[in-house]
Amino acid sequence: MELGNVLIDGLRAALGVEAVVFALAAIGLNIHFGYTGLLNFGQVGFMLVGAYGVAIMARQCPSAAATQSAADQIGPCGEPLIFGVILGIVLAVILALLLGAPTLRLRADYLAITTIAAAEILRFLFRSDTADPLTNSVFGIQQFANDFFVINPIPAGRYFGQLNYSSQQLWTMVVGWSLVLLLTLWTWLLMRSPWGRVLKSIREDEDAARALGKNVFSYKMQALILGGVFGALGGMFLAIGTQAVAPDTYIPVRTFFAYVIIILGGAGTIWGPIVGTFLFLFLTSGLETLLRELIEGGIIPSSFISLPEVGPIRFIMVGLMLALLMAFRPQGIFGDKEEMLLDAR
Amino acid sequence: MPADVNAATIAAREAMASVPAEPGVPKPDPVLIVDGVKRHFGGLTAVDVEHLEVQRNLITALIGPNGAGKTTFFNLMTGFDSPNEGKWSFDGRDLGRVSAHKVAQMGMVRTFQLTKSLNRMTVIENMRLAGTGQTGERFLPAIVPSMWRKQEAILTQRADVLLERFTLEAKREDLAGTLSGGQRKLLEVARALMVQPELVCLDEPMAGVNPALVQSLLGHVKSLRDELGMTVLFVEHDMDVVMDISDWVVVMAEGRVIAEGPPRSIGTNKTVIQAYLGGGDGEGEVSLADIEAAAGNPTPTGDLA
Repeated sequence: MELGNVLIDGLRAALGVEAVVFALAAIGLNIHFGYTGLLNFGQVGFMLVGAYGVAIMARQCPSAAATQSAADQIGPCGEPLIFGVILGIVLAVILALLLGAPTLRLRADYLAITTIAAAEILRFLFRSDTADPLTNSVFGIQQFANDFFVINPIPAGRYFGQLNYSSQQLWTMVVGWSLVLLLTLWTWLLMRSPWGRVLKSIREDEDAARALGKNVFSYKMQALILGGVFGALGGMFLAIGTQAVAPDTYIPVRTFFAYVIIILGGAGTIWGPIVGTFLFLFLTSGLETLLRELIEGGIIPSSFISLPEVGPIRFIMVGLMLALLMAFRPQGIFGDKEEMLLDAR
Repeated sequence: MPADVNAATIAAREAMASVPAEPGVPKPDPVLIVDGVKRHFGGLTAVDVEHLEVQRNLITALIGPNGAGKTTFFNLMTGFDSPNEGKWSFDGRDLGRVSAHKVAQMGMVRTFQLTKSLNRMTVIENMRLAGTGQTGERFLPAIVPSMWRKQEAILTQRADVLLERFTLEAKREDLAGTLSGGQRKLLEVARALMVQPELVCLDEPMAGVNPALVQSLLGHVKSLRDELGMTVLFVEHDMDVVMDISDWVVVMAEGRVIAEGPPRSIGTNKTVIQAYLGGGDGEGEVSLADIEAAAGNPTPTGDLA
């Protein structure tokens, strides 16, 4: 039994590509939920359009496409990756406009229902046979991000001892975390500005903001677009980092994990999404390794928990920890308890 | 102290002296003109105002029994609700279909019956928020502080003056949610003034405020008129307050304007008494007692300060 593995697996997960993706999605969602009070339950929809924007633009053209079943592929292919990034951002903006226009004038719960439905509609649309020529349906698209790895300046090799990152992984992580820090800086600048002050006032009471001459609808839309684009960047990063997109990666639970992350870190705080991501992935991944090690070491008898059960059980334990967090530190790691209590009045 | 009253208000009062006390009467210099505004909720007609004018530079009280449509009327005027028919104009500009934030930007600012303080923001941030024309509220300039710092300093200065006037300067850095109910009312009025409005609509500013604070809030409302020459339209249930500070009273019942006139004329108005009591004359209703007591008060309004 190697308890050191718990730390290593936890760290690998908390620093890896998946963590970058969750951090980006959570920073965006924090703008929606934490600062503006918008209940976006479809952040994964923004991730999906970002990911597919990149994948479709940069995928291999039919002659070279090994995975594309037939030559009936339509739409762009073989374009530079950066065009895909631009397409992904444009799609996220369009999605935000489509979702926001009918719902942002209504009460918060309408946005919640619309966004969760829209994200699922997108997923089913992208995995349908009808969309096959564009999306390759359930099989998704692979090997489209070579542009990104070609420019990797890090020499081949393994890095950071037991964490054992390949040069490609390290390159992805360096770019990813730089992006995370850049967007965090942008968010910080925005939230200390009068613009951010208007968002917070909308979160507190949108009628009050309106009565003071603020165009609430416009600000909500700006927030929805900005956070949505951040989510799309997360999706793009997942697509590029893993060189693959598949519709069923973008299931609703991703949105809820992002919510767990910002609540864990503290909603409406600058560092909340990053620290929340780190903790969430460290705990889920570390716990899995811990349970496996304990079972393999015979400390937990396999008649009590068997190895295949470890996956679900760690989520039960994470759920339990969340429940405890809500009971004892509802404001999250960075939140302010005093502020949190005011909200309940 | 009439000497402290600004000239525009004195002129407005003199002009109003000859205006007859009857519903829908035209005023010498109206800031708000309402024509045939109706709002139905299903079969119920909540507001049905045929004609109403609100005189500039004065304090006009809007009173009426519960359910008379006062708050709905406020909502309609300020763009928070839209009427089924009718039109109204503010300062000569038509307000039909104008959204709430634009109404506020034009200079008609309202407060709410249930105070809307922005709880998880500090008092000073509440105030700064209300400042208009801040460049930093636009998305792109927001991340370049040098583009809005100067404006922010000016706003802060104005905010501090107002906080002092409303005796909230000690609470400057506190979260608004930690203030008492009365202080929140003060903050809401002070915040509305940050917009530099021409007309302030106060929806029950004294409700839930302790009597000691009512006096100071009253003083503040009066000073809006007397020192700043602002026009105030306010909804109030407390007849003492109405008699004390208003120059003109408009009475609503079942959505209609049933009477208007100087405060003293209202207490003796038969229609008003009937509206409050629901039928013929009777006794035992507090509001009637209030109306009569206030009407018997020989002190002329406006000279009370």
